[in-house]
Amino acid sequence: MRKSRPNYLAGFGSLVWLLVVGLPLYVMLVATFQTRPDHAANGPLSFPEHFTLDNYIDDLNSGFAQYFLNTVIVTVCVVGIVLLLVPPLAYTIVRSRGRATTTVFRLFLLGLAIPSQAVIVPMFFVISEAGLYDNLIGVILPTAAFAMPVCALILTGVMRDITPDLYEAMTMDGASPRRVFFQLVLPLSRSGISTIVVFSALQAWNGFLFPLVLTQSAETKVITLGLYDFQTEHGVNTPGLLAAVVLSMLPILIVYLFARRALVQGLMGVGGK
Amino acid sequence: MTRTAALSPDGQKVRKDGPSAIGAGRPGFLWAVPAAVFFGLFALVPLIMVAVLSFASWDGLSDPEFAGLDNWRKLLDDPVMIKSLWLSVLLTVLGVAVQTPLSILLGVWAAGHQRNRAVLSAIYFVPMLLSVAAVSVLWRAVLDPNMGVPAQATWLFGDGNLFGKQATAIGVLVFVSTWQFTPLHTLIYQGAARAVPQVLYQAAQIDGAGTVRQFFHITLPQLRNAIITSMILMVVGGLTTFDTVLILTQGGPGSDTTISAYYMYQKAFKSFDYGGASAIALLLVLVSTIISLIVVRLSGYDKMRSTMEGL
Repeated sequence: MRKSRPNYLAGFGSLVWLLVVGLPLYVMLVATFQTRPDHAANGPLSFPEHFTLDNYIDDLNSGFAQYFLNTVIVTVCVVGIVLLLVPPLAYTIVRSRGRATTTVFRLFLLGLAIPSQAVIVPMFFVISEAGLYDNLIGVILPTAAFAMPVCALILTGVMRDITPDLYEAMTMDGASPRRVFFQLVLPLSRSGISTIVVFSALQAWNGFLFPLVLTQSAETKVITLGLYDFQTEHGVNTPGLLAAVVLSMLPILIVYLFARRALVQGLMGVGGK
Repeated sequence: MTRTAALSPDGQKVRKDGPSAIGAGRPGFLWAVPAAVFFGLFALVPLIMVAVLSFASWDGLSDPEFAGLDNWRKLLDDPVMIKSLWLSVLLTVLGVAVQTPLSILLGVWAAGHQRNRAVLSAIYFVPMLLSVAAVSVLWRAVLDPNMGVPAQATWLFGDGNLFGKQATAIGVLVFVSTWQFTPLHTLIYQGAARAVPQVLYQAAQIDGAGTVRQFFHITLPQLRNAIITSMILMVVGGLTTFDTVLILTQGGPGSDTTISAYYMYQKAFKSFDYGGASAIALLLVLVSTIISLIVVRLSGYDKMRSTMEGL
C-alpha cells in the first residue's frame, strides 16, 4: 500500500494491454460459433449470426478426442516423473553441504540453457534405437527431463525459505534425513510442489517439438500436433481450426481457475528473492 | 500472499526410530542421484552426442563417418546459415528490448493491491497458459492475408499480407512472442516487486522522493535477480524460437525469417544432413550457455547472493 492516489497513466496502459490480450481471444471465440459461410462473408470481427456448435462437434469427431486422450496420458506421466525425482533433488541442493551437490545444482542451472531443439537430432535416434519411436513413452521421457531444471529451481527456492531453526530442532532430536524430508520438508513445501505439478503439466500439455519429431501416426498424436496438422491440411476452415485451438486450451483454463494460486505464487518465486 | 515458512510442522513428534537416526541430519548426495541420472540420460548425453555428430557426416541411414571440421566449414560458407544467425540475434534482441520494459512496468503495476488489478492480471496471464502451437495457429488465423483482420483494415496494414515482406514478417514473430511471453515475465517481476521491503519506500518517502525516483532508485535495483532470471529465459527462448516460425512463416518469405533453430530442423528432417544440423545445434547451445553464464557470473546468482544485504 504505497500510494493512495490512483495512477491514471498506469491504469490506461494496463487497459491498452488488456485490449492487446483480449482482442485475438475475442476474434477466436466469435469465429468458433459461426458457420463457415457466415465467417467468410462477415469478416473476423463480426458477431455470430447463426449460433452453432458444429465446429466443435466436427473437430471432436475428426480425431481430436483421441489427441486429447494422448495428451492427458503424456501429461500425467510427466507430472508423475517430476514429482518422484525433483523433491529429493531440491532437498539435497538446499541441505547438503557437499561439493558434488553444488555441481549437480550448476548442471541443472545449465540445463535451463539447454534448448530441447539442441538435442532433438540425437534424441530422435536414441528413441528410435530404443524402439520407442511413435510411442508415447518416447515423448514422455524427454519431456519430463526438460521440465526438470525449472521445477528444481522453483522448489529449491521454496525449500530455502524453511527456517533453519526447524531443521536444527529436528536434527537435535536425532531425526534422520529421511524423516526430516517426509515430516518437515514435504509438508512445508506443499505450495511449491503444487506449483511444479502445474508447471510440468503445462509444459507437457503444450509440448510440440518432441511429439513433432518422435511420433507420426494418428494413434500417438497429441493435441498441439493435431492443431498444426489441421492448419496445414484445412487451414481455410478458420472456424473449425479456431474451435480446435479453443478445445486445446479448455482444460488448461479450467485448471487455471482452480490452481491459479499455486501457479502464480511459484512463478513469482522464480524471480529470486 | 501467505508465507508458509513461518509455520511449524503439526504436532509434537514422538521419536520412534532408534540410534540409526543419529547423524548430521543432512541428506547425502545419494538423494540427488535419481534426478541427476534421469536428467543426464535424456538431456546431457544427447548433448554430448550432438557435439560428436557435429564432426561427423551422416544421413541417418549409413554409418556416420568422421568428417573433421567439414560441417563447420560448410556452415561458414553457407549464406543462409550466416543470415539465420543474424536473424536469430535480431529476433532475440528485439524480443528482450520490447518485453523487458513492458513486463517490468506491468509487473510492478500488478504488484499493487487494488481489486481491479487482481481481475486484470488474471486475464493478462492467459496467453502464458497456451501452447506456442495454439498461439501461433491463432495468430496465423487472425492475421490471415485473406480472411483475417489485416484484410479488413487495409488502411492500417497496406495490402493486408503481413507474411509477404521480411520486415512485417519479423514484426509478426516478435509481436506474437511478446504477446505470449510477456505475461510470464510480468509474473516474475510482480513477485519480485512484492518482495521489496516496504521499509525502503517508507524511508524514501520521508526523504521526499517521488514515485518516479522511488522506481528508479529502489524498485529497479531490488529487481536485479528478477531481471537476470527473466533475461536468461528471454535469450534462450529467443534463440530457440521454433514452433512460432514453423507455423506462422515457415521461414519465409524465401529464407527471410529462417532463424538458426528452424534452419537446423530443416537440415535434419528435410535434407537429412544430421552432421550439419548437429553443428548448428551445438552452436545454439554454446551461444545460449555462454550468455547465461555471463549473466549468472556477473550477478553472482549461483552463490544466491541476496538483495537483502544491509537491511
